[in-house]
Amino acid sequence: MSITLRVNGAEQTLDVDPEMPLLWAIRDVIGLTGTKYGCGQALCGACVVHLDGEAVRACVTPVRRAIGHAVTTIEGLSPDGSHPLQRAWVDLAVPQCGFCQSGQIMTAAALLAKRPKPTDEEIDRSLAGNLCRCGTYTRIRAAVKKAADESSPSTKSGGGKIQ
Amino acid sequence: MSVVLLRRSFLAGLGLAVGGFALGVIGDAHAAAGSTPPPLAPGGAPGLHANVFVHIAPDGLVSIVCHRSEMGQGVRSSLPVLIADELGADMARVKVLQADGDVIYGDQNTDGSTSIRNGFENARKAGATARTMLVAAAAKRWSVKPETCTAHDHAVFHPATSRSLGFAELVADAAKLPVPSASEVKLRPRAELKHLGAELPLLDGPGIVNGTAVFGADVRLPGMLVAVIARPPVVGAKLARYDATRALAIPGVKRVVEIPAPSAPYHFKPLGGVAVVATDTWSALRGRAALELTWERAANDVYDSARFREALSAAVNKPGKVVRHTGDVDAAIASATTKIEAEYHVPHLAHAPMEPPAALARVDGGRCEIWTSTQDPQTAKAEVAKALGLDPKNVTVHVTLLGGGFGRKSKPDYVVEAALVARAAGAPVRLQWTREDDIQHDYFHSVSAQRLTAGLDASGKVVGWLHRTAFPSISSTFAPGITHADAGELQQGVLDFPLAIPSVRAENGEATAHVRIGWLRSVHNIHHAFAIGSFIDEIAHARKADPRDVLLEIVGPPRIVSLADLGVDKLSNYGTPLDKHPIDTGRLRHVIERVTDLSQWTAQRKAGRALGLAAHRSFLSYVAVVASVVLDPNGKVRVDEAWIVIDAGTILNKERVRSQLEGAVVFGISIALHGAVTMRGGAVEQSNFRDYPVARIGEVPREIHVEIVAGEGLPGGVGEPGLPPVAPAIANAVFALTGKRIRNLPFDRAGLA
Repeated sequence: MSITLRVNGAEQTLDVDPEMPLLWAIRDVIGLTGTKYGCGQALCGACVVHLDGEAVRACVTPVRRAIGHAVTTIEGLSPDGSHPLQRAWVDLAVPQCGFCQSGQIMTAAALLAKRPKPTDEEIDRSLAGNLCRCGTYTRIRAAVKKAADESSPSTKSGGGKIQ
Repeated sequence: MSVVLLRRSFLAGLGLAVGGFALGVIGDAHAAAGSTPPPLAPGGAPGLHANVFVHIAPDGLVSIVCHRSEMGQGVRSSLPVLIADELGADMARVKVLQADGDVIYGDQNTDGSTSIRNGFENARKAGATARTMLVAAAAKRWSVKPETCTAHDHAVFHPATSRSLGFAELVADAAKLPVPSASEVKLRPRAELKHLGAELPLLDGPGIVNGTAVFGADVRLPGMLVAVIARPPVVGAKLARYDATRALAIPGVKRVVEIPAPSAPYHFKPLGGVAVVATDTWSALRGRAALELTWERAANDVYDSARFREALSAAVNKPGKVVRHTGDVDAAIASATTKIEAEYHVPHLAHAPMEPPAALARVDGGRCEIWTSTQDPQTAKAEVAKALGLDPKNVTVHVTLLGGGFGRKSKPDYVVEAALVARAAGAPVRLQWTREDDIQHDYFHSVSAQRLTAGLDASGKVVGWLHRTAFPSISSTFAPGITHADAGELQQGVLDFPLAIPSVRAENGEATAHVRIGWLRSVHNIHHAFAIGSFIDEIAHARKADPRDVLLEIVGPPRIVSLADLGVDKLSNYGTPLDKHPIDTGRLRHVIERVTDLSQWTAQRKAGRALGLAAHRSFLSYVAVVASVVLDPNGKVRVDEAWIVIDAGTILNKERVRSQLEGAVVFGISIALHGAVTMRGGAVEQSNFRDYPVARIGEVPREIHVEIVAGEGLPGGVGEPGLPPVAPAIANAVFALTGKRIRNLPFDRAGLA
């Protein structure tokens, strides 16, 4: 059946079964491949996208649930890879293989939207569902904090921004 | 070449131009490139073709080929920079191309921590050859001697007359010169390599964080279908019958393809089963779930991990094949004042890279073209050619980024599956493994048992050491009738660990494989370092001595250890002669001393926190680890801080060495706390991260301190050697904290994780 989605600000009309997981609709049908398949059971977080700004696991979210909501994938997080998290990720050379990182960034972006200055514990809790087999976790924590610092108005006006 | 030049990097620092992977739908125009690729710059592009690794276009743009696969270790951010550095190129005017599988590049198998240690000199020669030609062209133009010229910053200079010519101005002349012979090419003095040992920017970082980086499953072709395979639950089981009626009724399912079961040895052959081909992944998965399958009984049905543990234990509790021998161990132990014995078990492990295996294949008119995340595109090409009955020159393997490898993606069974299904489907097919497929049908890290016995004299000094190890050999995957490990496997901790003990004997017990055994990051060093590292700690506690002092005493004084000292006739030494990479206990001692200094080993610890230490040489590098552990409120072990020191000789990219070691600590935590694949009735009992957990963010230290010993010697490995000492360091810390000795991995079986 025909389903209309709003993905990264653009309307998409798909001819898919409404029960198809959003992950496969995004990857196979729409052709946005930044969102990854890692487990299919909401165990690894590689497929995290935003529905109206909330982090959801696209691998267990039927595409029908996205109807009427704004879907944001890693490709739509910022127009040019300039989200503070994306910049911090590059500055601190967080990725190793990189496969899990779009899910990590999307989860962290939803966290920062709610908690602009998260503690270590809040970062660990928020990202507990995002696996990284290469083991980049210490840098992920550092990058989330760096992004939080750089997004914070007080830091910006203080002129002490770390380059 | 499956690579295009994208926009300039926004990376600070070197400003490396990003040669990203071509993204998205590949047009039909590309289909013609189904043959062996030309060396570089296809279509007879003008410019200087110095060799297969370096091309300089008329506008001065330098293209450098990375012939090894990128799986997070940073090879694409490292080896091409060395070539450019030796050339004298400005990194802002360099693009990196990813090599297809082709013998012209030499060995491309990204495995064994070899990319830098084996590629270092060749990379320098490749860059120096191009530089020599550019310098010769400039010298001729100026009528000066080439040796009075220098090349740097993308130009050749004649300092005596303050003249210079940019690479672009020299390309046409240089291209007319003969390529110099190896003896005519001089490498730069080390001091001129300005990026050597530096913190280099991450080439693929920007594409990874914005979602445009391309992994194996991300390549798309017009008319492409997606397939998943229902494989036999037991290795070697044949399909008795199947009914695909329900599967074929599912919308989107196009057809099913039966793949015959292989006979042993299984090598890189597909496991057989039934492929479901559909328009999209979800329809293929639904189709697979609807298949009705009946498997025949198979010889490997007998495989039961609990029973096999007993068999391995029996194998190490009786004499085995003697593989290392000095002095008289039996007499030394019989006359010892104290005898210490311990038995260690490490289960099968799955690689579980975050990206499950995937390959896209197009078979058309006697040609096959593949896009996949593979560590070894040459072997993938050879295996596909064999399976399809094609000449290898008609098979092209394009290498994407790898979403983790750890050894799994050196085995191209999944690539062969893709090719077979694509041929049968008459359309391009992406063959997708699910996580369940990945955990259940891996080439597993071998299950092992080890028994160590030490005899101590009245002063506590170890005078006799007996090490028995038994594990199904990797060779069993490739040859019939294998019952023992080979020397290349036993060198990994058993034959080569330096022991300043007069009487030493190592024995290898019998073990037969019932699953596909493969190599996983650091391979048999995982279990051997766990046993040796734990046992030395046990000896120290039995003596009520400091484990560091006992470790240093057993390693012995600084020296180069000979084959006679080890008690072996020969040592494969990771494919490198011992005179080039000797076993140097001075270097092993140094990393132990550094890591214990950094972690303030001798300082009083806070209550509820304890340290553990282990050290190991593997892949020609020396690593020591100190782990600090605490117990959380539920009595579970948590590593709250870790220190790791490596001496890998010359290092190329300090930033990626550091990240590899951070990653090794986390990988080691997964092995220590959670890693276990078990079999029942020949089938794997685990299926996903729910029952094959790997470390999550809350389980890793807030701080991992890495120190890299500055060295100018030959490069050693980096990707693997960080891992072996991690699990024993953690186990030793747990003993220091709780008095509980973990001899069976993982900890969660003991309720500690």
